[in-house]
Amino acid sequence: MADLTTNVAGIRSPNPFWLASAPPTNSGYQVQRAFEAGWGGAVWKTMGDPILNVSSRFSAVSFGGNQVAGFNNIELISDRPLEVNLREIEETKRLYPEHAIIGSLMVEPDRDKWHEIVKRVEAAGVDGLELNFGCPHGMAERGMGSASGQVPELVRQQTAWVKEVARTPVIVKLTPNITDITFTAKAAVEGGADAVSMINTINSLSGVDLDSWNTIPNVDGKGAHGGYCGPAVKPIALNMVGECARTPGIDVPISGMGGVSSWQEAAEFMLMGASNVQVCTAAMHHGFRIVEDMIDGLSNYMDEKGLASLDQLIGQTVPKYSDWGDLDLTYRVAAKINNDVCINCNKCYIACEDTSHQCIDMLKDEDGNDILRVREDDCVGCNLCSIVCPVDGAIDMVEVARKVGDEPMTWNERQQLMANAGSNQ
Amino acid sequence: MSNHRSDAWISTEQLQENFAEVNSPLSTTHAVKESNRCLFCYDAPCIQACPTGIDIPSFIKKIASGNLKGSAVTIMDANPVGASCARVCPTEELCEGACVLNGESEPIMIGDLQRYATDWAIRNEQVLFEAGPSTSKHIAIVGSGPAGLAAARELARFGHQVTIFEADDEPGGLNRYGIVSFRLPVDIVKWEIDQIVNMGVTIRTNTAVGKDISPEELREQFDSIIIAVGMGSVPELHMEGEDASGVYDAVDFVRSTKDGTFSRNLAGKRVAVIGAGNTAVDAATCSTRLGAEHVSIVYRRTKNEMTAYPFEFEFAKQDGIAFQWLTSPVKIEKNDHGEVSGLECVQMELGEADQDGRQRPVPIQNSNFMMDVDVVIRAIGQERLQDTIAMFGLEHTDGVVTVDASYAASEPNHFAVGDVVFGSGQGEAMVVSAAEQGKQAAYTIHQQLSAGTQAAG
Ligand SMILES: Cc1cc2nc3c(=O)[nH]c(=O)nc-3n(C[C@H](O)[C@H](O)[C@H](O)COP(=O)(O)OP(=O)(O)OC[C@H]3O[C@@H](n4cnc5c(N)ncnc54)[C@H](O)[C@@H]3O)c2cc1C
Ligand SMILES: Cc1cc2nc3c(=O)[nH]c(=O)nc-3n(C[C@H](O)[C@H](O)[C@H](O)COP(=O)(O)O)c2cc1C
Ligand code: SF4
Repeated sequence: MADLTTNVAGIRSPNPFWLASAPPTNSGYQVQRAFEAGWGGAVWKTMGDPILNVSSRFSAVSFGGNQVAGFNNIELISDRPLEVNLREIEETKRLYPEHAIIGSLMVEPDRDKWHEIVKRVEAAGVDGLELNFGCPHGMAERGMGSASGQVPELVRQQTAWVKEVARTPVIVKLTPNITDITFTAKAAVEGGADAVSMINTINSLSGVDLDSWNTIPNVDGKGAHGGYCGPAVKPIALNMVGECARTPGIDVPISGMGGVSSWQEAAEFMLMGASNVQVCTAAMHHGFRIVEDMIDGLSNYMDEKGLASLDQLIGQTVPKYSDWGDLDLTYRVAAKINNDVCINCNKCYIACEDTSHQCIDMLKDEDGNDILRVREDDCVGCNLCSIVCPVDGAIDMVEVARKVGDEPMTWNERQQLMANAGSNQ
Repeated sequence: MSNHRSDAWISTEQLQENFAEVNSPLSTTHAVKESNRCLFCYDAPCIQACPTGIDIPSFIKKIASGNLKGSAVTIMDANPVGASCARVCPTEELCEGACVLNGESEPIMIGDLQRYATDWAIRNEQVLFEAGPSTSKHIAIVGSGPAGLAAARELARFGHQVTIFEADDEPGGLNRYGIVSFRLPVDIVKWEIDQIVNMGVTIRTNTAVGKDISPEELREQFDSIIIAVGMGSVPELHMEGEDASGVYDAVDFVRSTKDGTFSRNLAGKRVAVIGAGNTAVDAATCSTRLGAEHVSIVYRRTKNEMTAYPFEFEFAKQDGIAFQWLTSPVKIEKNDHGEVSGLECVQMELGEADQDGRQRPVPIQNSNFMMDVDVVIRAIGQERLQDTIAMFGLEHTDGVVTVDASYAASEPNHFAVGDVVFGSGQGEAMVVSAAEQGKQAAYTIHQQLSAGTQAAG
């Protein structure tokens, strides 16, 4: 069996699955249940000055029969007294010494306040700290969370203040509500961060009730934007992890999150450069027990791939992630429809005909059966038909020969060539 | 009336095709769609409804996540014959019957998903379990049906040395020789047995306890004995003409379609099957597949009282089997060659309820009539292995061995599981219950043996 032990900037855990700072990690009772279920670590619900929460708080976007395709919340940080959280952290750490407990922190951008909370939380025995510069609602209106996290200088400054006193590794949790996350990631590293984590939630409004015209969710008829997470945000999070992993100057471990629902997304995040993953929505949807398949599935996957430990997985796809300008312009794939598997729903046909390149023909074979065939020369290899196809194995995207006379060439190489040609004239 | 259709013929290829598995497997697309439809209930009723307590939501979630090995392990961990059960369990009565989606939409296809995951393991030659560190405890199991095999697998996981004694040529009990191959192909049973043999369990086939080895020898050589011998042949009808050629025992008859011989050629024949349980349906559907021209199930009560499941009834109807309700055989007619040439029956009606609450069928006077048949198959239950039970000196009621909640029998260190403890009036015996009992006996034995070791050490 593969070794799943994890090390994120010196924070060790028996497996890479941590609960993200959120309702699942609100109390000692919950975190202990989570460790019992198999979670490797938990980032405690963000601690700071006491706040007041509203009712209601959550809403979900259901799509295609899936109850929770995306999840939205207007909850703030922990509403429990700091002393209570610290006492429970201490107790949980004593009961589960092998599991990682990370204290998530958020205070005003004030050096003394940061110093004080870091010292108090570390005294409770946490294995590391996570600075919450990501919460997009409520706290942001008070100059905290993503209001800090959107200003690289504030990220650098506050991280540096924390590092002045912290004795455990410091993770800086970044907000996705920003044009280019690598700017704030770099600022965190400059401030001395030992790791970065991403993503916190994305500004969102789940919906509008078409009878009452209230927002969803609403508090006595009034709404405010919330933060979006769950399966729907995975591609956004995965890109942000990939961008940070490949950008020079962000050479610290990444704790990845945003839409991790099973071992498969976890493996994807790790291939894209994350040292581990954090999970919130999937646990809120199904309970702590989902970690069992996350561990089992990842372990079976690694055995199948012949990988002994996570470092053989982490970051393997990063070198394959680059800029559009570095992609080969003359490389070609084309769709191939396997008519023996095809169920003739014709979804590929209409998708290509109406919205792509009109290269699928509806024909009859010798026996008069309906078949679909791709005109390979006209196919641009966009993947659309294979995406809309509901049947496994009915459409393959296969590599085809370059067009006659074509050599491999990227856009950047082409520009270079043209520039050279211009200067030679 | 005679065997006037005896010149009809059916080819081996046709027979093989007729006896190939009927239900097709789920495609990957279907399996993934179906598994994503599962609500992943907490404290799910389907788990409670499975006699072996498979964590069904978990194995289905693993199909959805593409963790097929994990899925197969979850199934086989709880049920050592989980690949067979995926095919033969009456799921409407068990897991699928308990699914919360009944009435909402359609219940999840738990049996088919279970088959999907275990098929994957079989196809990919997965080894799912290992024997535990070896203890010096020896356990004998008599009978290698699902009950004996399940006990053996669990005992081997604890590291005990297990020897199974099996009278038959090949192990597997009724899974191997009883349940029809078009529902349970022999390869599936063999895979489950291989998994167990690979864990170091010894199976001594062609070794009948009481003939090739005595109970005393077992008692001397083993720390505990599990009796998992199942049941015996189908009892006689006790009527005139029963000695005619063309009168078969349903269990033997089905067996002839599973031992590779297809020794009973029914091409063009007319068949009457007597009884309306699982075995009757199996014998009837085997008859059609052996080329019979017409097959009737003859039952003295009505459709409401038959013990075959609704899905079996549907299956039989689709096979073109005719049902003769409220009909009881009285005499088998023979021709000059001593062959069956007809079945005399009497019409019945339902009278007063008897002890088990079922209305007793009573003959209607002067209603006798002849059925034109050349084969009669009796499928009226199975006899109890009284001799075997007596040989071990076990207490029993009418051949049903008496056991306590941990499956301990009256003799010390003797346990009994499976059909040998299956009481009458409980509907139909099931593979899945036999397997669970085997597991439970194994846990009791392990506890006893470990306690003994600790006391000694
Ligand atoms: C035709 C038929 C169809 C069925 N269909 C279904 C179905 O669809 N679904 C379902 O759940 N159940 C079905 N059943 C019931 C199911 O097969 C049994 O409940 C189950 O096999 C019982 O398991 P067992 O291990 O107790 O006994 P068995 O499977 O009967 O195994 C007993 C074994 O012990 C061996 N043995 C007996 N005496 C000795 C001895 N003295 N020494 C050594 N070995 C001995 C026998 O050779 C045999 O291999 C069916 C039964 C029949 C007959
Ligand atoms: C209800 C709710 C409350 C949250 N509270 C916090 C918080 O206090 N601190 C924090 O850093 N992140 C908080 N988050 C964000 C999560 O930690 C996580 O970054 C995000 O949900 C993405 O992961 P997911 O897709 O697995 O849910 C919260 C998320 C939710 C849904
Ligand atoms: S989950 Fe339901 S019951 Fe529990 S706090 Fe929320 S609204 Fe109340």
